[in-house]
Amino acid sequence: MDALEIARWQFGITTVYHFMMVPLTIGLGLVVAVIQTLWYRTGKVEYLRMTKFWGKLFLINFIMGVATGIVQEFQFGMAWSEYSRFVGDVFGAPLALEALLAFFVESTFLGLWIFGWKQLKRGVHLACLWIAVIGSVFSAYFIIVANSWMQHPVGVTMVNGRPVMTDAWAVFTNNTAMVAVPHTLFGALAVAGAFLLGIAWYHLWRRRHDGIDTVGADGRAVAGEADIPGRDKADYKVWITSLRIGAVVAMISFAGTAITGDLQGKLMFEQQPMKMAAAEAACHDGTGFSVLSIGNLGSKNCNDIVAVIEVPGILSFLAKGDFTTEVKGVNSLLDEYKAKYGTHLPDNPLYGDRAGQDIQYVPVMEVTYWGFRMMIGFGGIAALAALLALWVTRKGMVPQSRWIMRLAVFGILAPFGANAAGWIFTEMGRQPFVVAPNPDASGVDQVFMFTAAAVSPGVSPAELITSLVVLASIYAVLLVVEVRLLVKYARGGVVSAMPELAEAHDKKKKDDDGGTPGAPGQPGDSDDVLAFAY
Amino acid sequence: MELLPTVWFVAIAVLWTGYLFLEGFDLGVGMLMKLFARNNTDRRVLLNTIGPVWDGNEVWLLTAAGATFAAFPLWYASLFSALYLPLLIVLVALILRAVAFEYRGKVDTARWRTVWDWAIALGSFTAAFGIGAALALTTTGLPIDSNGDRQGGPFAWFSGYAVLGGIAVVAFALVHALAFLALKTDGEVRHRARRWFVRLAPLALLPLLAWMVAVQLLSGKPLTWILVVLGVVAAAGAWVLARKGAEGKAFGALGAFLVCATASIFGAAFPVVIPSTLNPAFNLTISNASSSAYTLGLMSIVAAVGLPLVIAYQAWTYWVFRRRVSAAHIPAAHGFLPAIAAKVLVGHAASGGPAAKHAPHDAGE
Ligand code: HDD
Ligand code: HEM
Ligand code: HEM
Repeated sequence: MDALEIARWQFGITTVYHFMMVPLTIGLGLVVAVIQTLWYRTGKVEYLRMTKFWGKLFLINFIMGVATGIVQEFQFGMAWSEYSRFVGDVFGAPLALEALLAFFVESTFLGLWIFGWKQLKRGVHLACLWIAVIGSVFSAYFIIVANSWMQHPVGVTMVNGRPVMTDAWAVFTNNTAMVAVPHTLFGALAVAGAFLLGIAWYHLWRRRHDGIDTVGADGRAVAGEADIPGRDKADYKVWITSLRIGAVVAMISFAGTAITGDLQGKLMFEQQPMKMAAAEAACHDGTGFSVLSIGNLGSKNCNDIVAVIEVPGILSFLAKGDFTTEVKGVNSLLDEYKAKYGTHLPDNPLYGDRAGQDIQYVPVMEVTYWGFRMMIGFGGIAALAALLALWVTRKGMVPQSRWIMRLAVFGILAPFGANAAGWIFTEMGRQPFVVAPNPDASGVDQVFMFTAAAVSPGVSPAELITSLVVLASIYAVLLVVEVRLLVKYARGGVVSAMPELAEAHDKKKKDDDGGTPGAPGQPGDSDDVLAFAY
Repeated sequence: MELLPTVWFVAIAVLWTGYLFLEGFDLGVGMLMKLFARNNTDRRVLLNTIGPVWDGNEVWLLTAAGATFAAFPLWYASLFSALYLPLLIVLVALILRAVAFEYRGKVDTARWRTVWDWAIALGSFTAAFGIGAALALTTTGLPIDSNGDRQGGPFAWFSGYAVLGGIAVVAFALVHALAFLALKTDGEVRHRARRWFVRLAPLALLPLLAWMVAVQLLSGKPLTWILVVLGVVAAAGAWVLARKGAEGKAFGALGAFLVCATASIFGAAFPVVIPSTLNPAFNLTISNASSSAYTLGLMSIVAAVGLPLVIAYQAWTYWVFRRRVSAAHIPAAHGFLPAIAAKVLVGHAASGGPAAKHAPHDAGE
C-alpha cells in the first residue's frame, strides 16, 4: 500500500467510527431533551426516570464522539496537507465555525446539564440541555457544509490554481448541504429510535420474565412491583413509554430520510452523475432501478454486469421525478468525464508514483451499488420492525419469546449500518476526486482535486501505517469498552442511573422492619448528581 | 503589513492563551491524580473541580486548530503534517484522557479505577508535553521546504526546543493546577495544594521562562523583551500572593504570567508562523500562509460576535460551580445495581438480594 491508500483507509475507518457515535449523540440528545421537557411540563415521575436513564447512556456514548472528533479535526492537516492547502480558504471556515459556534456551546452547556441538577433552577437546567442539543445540530450543519462543498463546490473562483471564497452565502446555503443536513439528522433520529425501542423491549421482556408484570385475560398488561430497587409500577411506564416513543421516532425518521434522500438523489443526478450511475451499476443509459445486478461489479469492463431484476422507470423517478428520462450510464459518462477532466493524471510530483497514470473515473461499484442498497435496506427494515413493534405491544406488553427480544435488541444495529453504508457510498462514490467537479452548471466547474494529489507529501508511508495501526487498535479496544458499559447500564435499568431509587427502596424496607429512618450516613443532596455524572 | 492576517495572528495567539490558561489547569489536575492525590476520595475531589468544565476547555484547542486552518491553511497544513507522530501521540493521549474522565466511575472496582487514573495522569502529561513541543517548534523553526513540507524523515522536527517547550507546558500546568486546586477546594487538599505551589512554583516556571527568552534571542523585539520582564514580575507576584494565602489573586497573577509568556513568544515570532530551518526564504509568514481577505473578513465578523459570547457563558459556568469542593462533599460511591433479579417473584422479599449489593464502600482503596 502506498501513502495514499493508507491515508484513505485511515480516514475511512476513523470517520465511519466517529459516525457511529455521532448519530446516537444527536438523536438521543434530541429525544432526551424532549423527555425532560415532558417531565418539566407534567412532573410525572416516569419522565424524570427516563431522562436520567437515557441521559446516562447518552453520556457514555457522547464522550466517545468527543474523543474521536478531535482526531477528525487534526487529520486534515496531518495526513491531507496538500488537500488542506488547496481548500483551506473555503473549507477551513466551516470547520472553525463549528468549533466556535457549536462545540463550545455543546460542551459547556452539557457540562452545566450534567452537574447542574441541583445548582440550577429546573427551567434553566432544561434550557442547558436544549442549548447543548441545538449545538450538536449546528455542529452537524457546519461539518456537512464542509463536506458538501467537496461534493459540490460553490461560491469560489480559482486564483493561482486554488479556489478562493467569493460568496460565503453560496457556501453556507449550498443546496447539497441543505438536503444532506436534514437527511443526516433524520438518520441520527433513526438510530435513537431503534435504540429506545430495543432497550425498552428488553426491560419489558425482563419484567415479564421475572414475573413482575403479567398479562390479564383481556390480553392487557398488568403492571406489578418487585422487591428490586426501581422495579415498581412507574418502572413499567418508563419502558412502555420509551418503547412507543422509540418506535414512532424510528418510523418518522425513516420517512424523513426517504423524502430527503430522494431530493439528494436528484441533486446527485445533476451534480455527480457518475456516482448515480455507479450506485446503480448502470452501464448503459436507461430508466430502470436495479433490484439485483450480477456479474463482476468491480470489473473494469462495465459490460460484464447484467441487471437481473430491474424495475423500469424507478431510476428516472429517483433522478428526475418522472418515469421516462434516460439516466446516463457509466459508459457514456466516461467519455464525458475524459473529455472534461482529462484521461491521465498530471505529471506533477504531487501525484507521486501515480503521476501520468490513467484516471479511473468509475468508483468501486460493489461499494456504491451495495452501499446504496444497504443504507435503504437497513433503514427500511428498522422502520418496518418499529411498525410491527407498535402493533404487537398495543396492549402494553411484549411477547414472552426470548428470540424476539434478542431480535429487537440486535435491531439497534440496523440504523447504524444504514448510516455507515450511506457515508461509505457518498464518499467512495466521489472517487477519484476528493473535491468533485460538477459537470452541470450549478456548481463552479473546473474546481476539483484528485484524491491522489491530496495526501501529505512530506509524510512517509511508515508514519501513516503507524497511525493507522495505533488509532485502529485504540478504537477497537474503546469500542469494546463502550459497548460493554452501554450494555451494563442499559441492562441495569433506571436504578443504575438513579441510585437514589435504591436508597428509597432500602429506607422503605428499613422502615417496614422498624429500622431508624434517616439514620446518619445517608448521603447528602448532591449525591445523586455525582452518581449521575461520574 | 496587512491588517487582517495580523488580526488573525493575534486571534490565534489569544486562542492558544485561552487554551493554555484553561486546559492548563485541567491537564495539571489530571497529572496530579497520580502525583498529589492520596486516596480515592482525593481523586474524586480533584475530578469534581474540573468535571463540569474540562470539555469546554478542550474546545479551545479545537478552535485554535480550526481557526489556524481557516485563517492560515498553509500554517495548519505544514505544522500538522510536519509533526505527524508527535501529534498522533497527543491525539491518543487526549482520547484516553477524555474517555477516562467519563468511564472511571462506571465500574466500581479498584483495578478499573487505577487503570483509568493512569490514563488520566499519563494522558494529561503526554498531551501537555506534545502541545508544548508543537508550539515551541512553530515559534523556533522546522525543516520545511519551499512547499512547506517537512524534509528529513519522521523525526526531523526533533530539537532541544521541542523538549524545552514540552517541559515548559507540563511544569506550568502542574503549578497552575495547584493554584487552581487551592482556589477550588477546601480542607486538607486546599492547604496541601497551596504548600506545594509555594514550594514548586519557583522551579516549575523556569522552563517556560527559558522558552520565552530563547524565542527572544532568536527573533525578539524590544516590546516583547518588556513582556518577558513583566512576566517575571507576575510570576514573582503569584508566588508572594500564594504565600500570603491570597489564593484568588495568586491564580490571577499566574494567569498574567501566562499571558505575558504567550504574548512575548508569539510577538517575537511575528510575522513568521513557521521559520524554516533549511532556508529563511521558505519561512511561512502571515502573508504567504494566510487565507484571502474575504475569508478572513468573514471569520473576523463571526469571531467578534462568537468569542465574547463563548467567554461570557464559560465564565457563567465557573460562576455556577464556584463552590469549593472538599472531601466532605464527596458522597460514598454507589455500587452498581442491575435491576435484574436472580429469582424474584412478586411479593417475596428476597432479602440479601441485589439491594444489599450497594453498601457504600469508598473509604480509601
Ligand atoms: C439511518 C440512516 C439512513 C437512511 C435510512 C437513509 N439514508 Fe441516505 N444517507 C445517510 C443515512 C441514511 C447518511 C449517512 O446520513 C448519508 C451519507 C451522506 C449524507 O449526507 O447522508 C446518506 C446519503 C445519501 C445519498 C447520497 C448523497 C450524495 O452522495 O450526495 C443519497 C442519494 C441518499 N442518502 C438517499 C437515500 C434514500 C433514497 C433513502 C431511502 C429511504 C435513504 N437515503 C435512507
Ligand atoms: C461522518 C461522516 C463521514 C463519513 C462516514 C465519511 C467516510 C469516508 C470514507 C469511507 C472515506 C474513504 C473513501 C475512499 O477511500 O474511497 C472518506 C474519505 C474522505 N472524506 Fe469522508 N466521511 C464523512 C464525512 C466527511 C466530512 C464531513 C468530510 C469533510 C469535512 C470528509 C472528508 C473526507 C476526506 C478529505 C477524505 C479523504 C479522501 C478520500 O479518500 O476520499 N468526510 N470519508
Ligand atoms: C470529518 C469531518 C468531521 C470533523 C473534522 C469532526 C470534528 C469533530 C470534533 C473535533 C468533535 C469533538 C468536539 C468536542 O470536543 O466537543 C466532534 C464531535 C461531534 N461531531 Fe464530528 N466531525 C466530523 C464529522 C461529523 C459529522 C459528519 C457530523 C454530523 C453529521 C458530526 C457531528 C458531531 C457531533 C454531534 C459531535 C458530538 C460530540 C461533540 O460535538 O462534542 N461530526 N466532531
